[in-house]
Amino acid sequence: MGAGTNGAKSGRGASVTLSNLEKTYDRASAAAKAVDGVSLDIRSGEFLTMLGPSGSGKTTTLMMIAGFETPTAGDIAIDGRSVVAMPPYRRNIGMVFQNYALFPHLTVEENVGFPLKQRGIPKAERAKLVADALELVHLPGYGARYPRQLSGGQQQRVAVARAVVFKPRLLLMDEPLGALDKQLRENLQLEMRRLHADLGITFIYVTHDQEEALTMSDRIAVMNDGKVAQVGSPEDLYDRPDNRFVAGFIGESNFLPAVVRGLENDVVVAECEGTLIRALCPGRPASGAKVTLTTRPERLRFADGAWAGTEAAQNRLSVTVTEAVFAGERCRYMLRAADGTSIVLKEPSSAVIRRRAVGERAEIAWSVADTILV
Amino acid sequence: MSEVVQPASLALAVSRPKTAPFDWRRAVPLLLAAPLLVYMLVFYALPVAAMLLRSVNDPSWTLANYATLFEDVVFQKTFWITINTSVTVTLGCLILGYPVAMGLVRAKSMAPFILVVILLPFWTSVLVRSYAWMVLLGRHGLVNEALLALGMIDRPIRILNTPLATQIAMIHILLPYMILPIANALRQIDPSLIRAASGLGATPFMTFRQVILPLSMSGVAAGTLLTFVLALGFYITPAMVGGPRDITLSMLIAQQVDQLNWAYAATLSAVLLATALAILAVARKLPGVGNAFRTSMR
Repeated sequence: MGAGTNGAKSGRGASVTLSNLEKTYDRASAAAKAVDGVSLDIRSGEFLTMLGPSGSGKTTTLMMIAGFETPTAGDIAIDGRSVVAMPPYRRNIGMVFQNYALFPHLTVEENVGFPLKQRGIPKAERAKLVADALELVHLPGYGARYPRQLSGGQQQRVAVARAVVFKPRLLLMDEPLGALDKQLRENLQLEMRRLHADLGITFIYVTHDQEEALTMSDRIAVMNDGKVAQVGSPEDLYDRPDNRFVAGFIGESNFLPAVVRGLENDVVVAECEGTLIRALCPGRPASGAKVTLTTRPERLRFADGAWAGTEAAQNRLSVTVTEAVFAGERCRYMLRAADGTSIVLKEPSSAVIRRRAVGERAEIAWSVADTILV
Repeated sequence: MSEVVQPASLALAVSRPKTAPFDWRRAVPLLLAAPLLVYMLVFYALPVAAMLLRSVNDPSWTLANYATLFEDVVFQKTFWITINTSVTVTLGCLILGYPVAMGLVRAKSMAPFILVVILLPFWTSVLVRSYAWMVLLGRHGLVNEALLALGMIDRPIRILNTPLATQIAMIHILLPYMILPIANALRQIDPSLIRAASGLGATPFMTFRQVILPLSMSGVAAGTLLTFVLALGFYITPAMVGGPRDITLSMLIAQQVDQLNWAYAATLSAVLLATALAILAVARKLPGVGNAFRTSMR
């Protein structure tokens, strides 16, 4: 492809810049924006996942990068060069589709060789590159078969081989593991990571599965209603969600309504049911403002353990146990605070930890660092 | 569409393993079809068989009718004209019909309208359509008048009563039989395959050549066979708009029946039927077409 500017071509992967990207299918109503002002900087060689519920605009955004959809407004630049006016077959982007989209009338070899054939690569060289690509996805010797003779997981590998055989600098994947069973999906997730490390090219991956996004990605862009809700590393998103949507969509969260009472450096002090709770907060909310505090169920503890008096148990709340479920590796408790707020607490199951009974009153405690104002 | 595969699928439905103990429930499909089967047997299979028999037992058991037929210059010429016309018409339908089928599949809100336009002539009698072509193609017909008005010709040209007229009219009549199976095959192509081809670097033309065309071959095969076999037996149109000396097999048969030359007519009919069956049999053996045929039956 053409040379990038400003050293954008330094790595083996392409950098992708989305600027105020918009897509409207129905011109009549501006409300029906499938993608509404998405701006993202995807770095060279990065594994970026667009995560969101269905209808959040993640697939539409991917289709616009690939060139199958035309943006209503905004720009897409690959290595600093706008590609909006470029047809998909000139963008040189690898793509893996949700249903694999293997050509049913071609053998595995011909499928993987397809992009090479379009680029006029001679037959002998093509055969070698195809063999290498099939080796890469652990499917050597399958070249003569037809897609319908392969299992779902094998078809998926062929689709990946076909998408990378021509050495694109950018690989797009649209829920490529969606149709596979859980076990296979977990294996292939690891393989995708390995492939990303081996190839060193930029991956843009679309999924609605938050676990998949957390295990595979360098960074995740959480999408909601056509907008980017938050971009960050998996740890960032899990530990420091910017807003209630992200806190609720990635992992499980408890939401506590509270009123701001003051600030202590970076920590905001809020009142929740007459109890003062401290939380981390990026902004500086005014005193008296109504806010929501969030914390993860596995970061809460019953406050009678050995650590109850420590720094890690600064926030405390009185609750009643309303439901107790043993789920193998952990116990899951539904608790109710005095004002009726439901709280979930997850505790490792262990012989030395006392199980709580339904109706029991208890005090829970957790760390300020695990409390976020959203 | 499915007309061409019906005999085979019917045979499939009727045949069943003979070893299993008799089960009345399995006989239900056969019983449901029984009235039609009896009707077809009495009013179709028996007369056809009786007629075909005349080619070998009129006046006595002999193959002489066939021997003389194959040496008959009139027959040879007629046979050649029939095949030639059918091939030309089929090719014409394919070339004109394929783009229409693509248009039909790609059109969204316009699709029902296009479908009606394709099928409208289909619902009109062949006789009426052939008369219409006589009016259009005649010495003072619309085509000649238009060509004269445009100054492309100096005096009316002869189109009516030439092989060209037969071909034009037959292509018009047979087009739906080509368009509908192709459109059906095109509609079954997963749109993501076309996106995939494009994303992998294939220009629209390469995508057509390497993905759309091969995947629509089942429809092309079905449409081609259907059109060709139907064209072989065409009678009214060539008789009305064709040339007086361009006689097709079916016209020759009618002529012989008029002259009460039953044995000769029966022999010709047997040859026509055998030709159609042979073409179907050979077509199914061709690797590409055979595959397409099987997938279109699924």
